[in-house]
Amino acid sequence: MASVATPSGPAGIAGLWDRLSIRTKRVVWAWAFLAVPIVFYAGIRFYPTFQAFWLSLTDWDLLRPAAFIGLENYRRLFADPVFWQVFRNTFAYLILGTPISLVLAFVIAFYLDRVRFMHGLIRALYFLPFLTTAAAMAWVWRWFYQPVPIGVINGLLSAVGIAQQPFLRSVDQALPAIMVTAIWAGLGFQIIIFMAGLRAIPLTYYEAARIDGLGEWAILRKITLPLLKPTTVFLVVFSSIGFLRIFDQVYNMTTNDPGGPLNSTKPLVLMIYQTAFSSYDMGYAAAQTVVLFTILLIVSLIQLWLLRNRT
Amino acid sequence: MTSIAASTSELAANRRDIRPGRIVAWTLLMIGGIVMVTPLIYMFSTSLKSAGQVYDLRLIPADPTLDNYIRVLADGRFVRWFLNSTLVATAVTLSNVFFDSLVGYTLAKFEFRGRYLVFLAILSTLMIPTEMLVIPWYLMSSQLGWLDTYWGIMFPGMMTAFGTFLMKQFFETVPDDFLEAARVDGLNEFTIWWKIAMPMVTPAISALAIFTFLGNWTAFFWPLIVTTSRELYTLPVGLSSFAVEQSIQWEMIMTGAALATIPTLIVFLALQRYIVRGVMLAGLKG
Repeated sequence: MASVATPSGPAGIAGLWDRLSIRTKRVVWAWAFLAVPIVFYAGIRFYPTFQAFWLSLTDWDLLRPAAFIGLENYRRLFADPVFWQVFRNTFAYLILGTPISLVLAFVIAFYLDRVRFMHGLIRALYFLPFLTTAAAMAWVWRWFYQPVPIGVINGLLSAVGIAQQPFLRSVDQALPAIMVTAIWAGLGFQIIIFMAGLRAIPLTYYEAARIDGLGEWAILRKITLPLLKPTTVFLVVFSSIGFLRIFDQVYNMTTNDPGGPLNSTKPLVLMIYQTAFSSYDMGYAAAQTVVLFTILLIVSLIQLWLLRNRT
Repeated sequence: MTSIAASTSELAANRRDIRPGRIVAWTLLMIGGIVMVTPLIYMFSTSLKSAGQVYDLRLIPADPTLDNYIRVLADGRFVRWFLNSTLVATAVTLSNVFFDSLVGYTLAKFEFRGRYLVFLAILSTLMIPTEMLVIPWYLMSSQLGWLDTYWGIMFPGMMTAFGTFLMKQFFETVPDDFLEAARVDGLNEFTIWWKIAMPMVTPAISALAIFTFLGNWTAFFWPLIVTTSRELYTLPVGLSSFAVEQSIQWEMIMTGAALATIPTLIVFLALQRYIVRGVMLAGLKG
């Protein structure tokens, strides 16, 4: 029977295969299954990672061969005021975006979970933006933010007698305006995840709490939120990483002056893109990607640690 | 799914007459939901307006016309970009369904030395952001002639650690008895995986397929870098270049954005139930 199952080959190999124990055969199968993936992960993930670290120590610019220059790229980066502006912007997206979107998503999920009348329709309304293309919707929002008579939001404001707002043309308002677009795009996903988390809480917990005479607010604080912690941790980390890597919206909403006005909306990923693929300053860009990697790593670890120690 | 459905109705029954404020809550939720889809509605509405009517911010176009769509579609660019995106997203999705499942299955169901090491190595790639890899990928692509090719757009995503992890979690729930019975019947290991184990995790496969397809269909950063000729743009990259070119002709830009959005909306509205379930599955297991 076993020989039927073996890959057909020369009689010698087939004979050798037949003499292997069942256990050894399974080990051979396992490594056969893993062969292509191991080549892929080694060549497309691990090697490029080390290469990025190496390139960050060179002055490679596509034209001349890369020469080792030590930490010069990092020194240059940390001395660059634009980098510190970009650094602040990147964290502004994170520090404003993550709490606002999570609180909104939780409140909506909490009430939506209890709604039965037209539940499916309302859920679909919130979920729909998640299915759109960020690059396309960035242009719709950009149009929304235009001054009168073009922009919808300013049109609404002037209809109720509020002064026109510059939105994308202002160094103060542009970043929050872009962030709203990103929050809008990700909210549906977070709502669905929160609802899944809420439904995973056994009903008996609520019944017991009610018998004990706990009010709705106490139930929320003592049962719902603590039991929802794994879901919250997942969403905090997931959405933080998303905001730290924001690119599509910023790129498309500021094409006439990428990251503008005056770099006020430029996140790190856009700086990387410009350094690498507009200036072809590849070594310098690689150093910026290493900084991004470090930030993502630190932020993820801090959040996991903070949320683990608090209940 | 049935247990969730049952628990919802119980939950609702339990809470039916607790809150007098539920009508307020319902109304607020509905208003919020309508606000959420307003950008989409305005996009479609404006795409049906002529250039002269764009400044008229009424939601229902006074004189709806499909002229913008005819003009945008006339030169075939959008059709090409649509086909490019479909090809890329489909190929990457098939590859992920095959390889992520195969690796997840191997790590879940085979005993061999180094298994844990392989798992950790794959999982550790989750920590590496794509942005860090694009410069080496670009270098690699330029040396191997992959720049501006379909393969160049696709290769970085052919397998993912997320998909592998998701599939491993699900294959662990498949009872060994089934696989052992198939082994006794003389099926080889590949057939056991493909014919016995795979059909037992179809919800996970559909979740993985939906995520991978959506992720690649909307992908912007890497396709923007690796493609230089218009014929190879994916839909998001093509739309972006189209919008820049149109400058302030907002009705044309909205038409382009609508064309980039309509196909996914149709497909995904039809599959909404599965997507929501997939998001929930992935969120809970991940």
